[in-house]
Amino acid sequence: MEGVQMNLISKDMLERMPSMEKLRMILDSVKEGKIVVLETGLTPEEEAKLIEMTMLEIDHEKFIGIEVESYPAREESFLSKLFGKRKGRLTVIGPANRLKTLEKQEDVIKALVQI
Amino acid sequence: MGLMIALRKRFGFILRLFFKKDKMRIGIYGPPNAGKTTLANRILRDWTGDIIGSPSDVPHETRRARLREGVKIEVDGKSLTIDIVDTPGLATKIDFQEFLKYGLEEEEARRRAKEATEGVIEAIKWLDDLDGVLLVMDATEDPFTQVNVTIVGNMEARKLPLLIVANKIDLPTASPARIKSAFPQHPVVPISALKGINIDSLYKAMAERFG
Repeated sequence: MEGVQMNLISKDMLERMPSMEKLRMILDSVKEGKIVVLETGLTPEEEAKLIEMTMLEIDHEKFIGIEVESYPAREESFLSKLFGKRKGRLTVIGPANRLKTLEKQEDVIKALVQI
Repeated sequence: MGLMIALRKRFGFILRLFFKKDKMRIGIYGPPNAGKTTLANRILRDWTGDIIGSPSDVPHETRRARLREGVKIEVDGKSLTIDIVDTPGLATKIDFQEFLKYGLEEEEARRRAKEATEGVIEAIKWLDDLDGVLLVMDATEDPFTQVNVTIVGNMEARKLPLLIVANKIDLPTASPARIKSAFPQHPVVPISALKGINIDSLYKAMAERFG
């Protein structure tokens, strides 16, 4: 059967993984042509690091980068802002040549996956 | 990440309240072709009579961050001295074939693409060394891009002041209101960096936000 593999990663698994391990897993999957959906998303710092790691691995022949879409983080309480770590919400990541964002709003991401 | 860096990130905003710097280092960020260099040039021309670099219609024209130190802005008797960092456009993908559409030869397009990837890395690294950000968005485009969400999220996580610049309002399809509704928690100043429209409002907002 021809198709695109989607990896749906749970919040529990993401919380167990250190940042670098998480980003490596995402990037390796995307470079294999898979679409990765993260239940809780990444922190803003992790998102920036993911872009940086992606740039290091672009080869202009097989991998031109990623399409990544996440919702903006929700407003947090004062205490969680002060002490908590900001977590993103659901995030979709895929290879730029296969995943295309059609529309993104505050709570809806519409994406097209090319087979 | 070291404990000191983590503490600085978490509580830096409290320290800044008590130990105000006499000079702020402000990064100009945004996606490619949003008008970052045009804005940097406008600010420098207005306050120093100089420019920082040449803008271009080809994406990723700025492939190295450029720093200009000690730019003094005076608004309504208030004075603000800033270092300006004009950063390369942030992107999650770079395809050398996109550059071919602008008439570049393949070799030049590949070289530009390679430099553009290095420029994005450099722009991200600068985030650790700034006191505030001017986030430039093209007001004719959808503001809900991942690059914008990532920069806004990073500034909020680092507790650093952010001012959103809705650029290109001289174009008929511009909609600063769309940007305001996408990021209601931050001040948005509509301008045309190219034509200088509403630029005084930007300087006033900068003095209030970064001063």
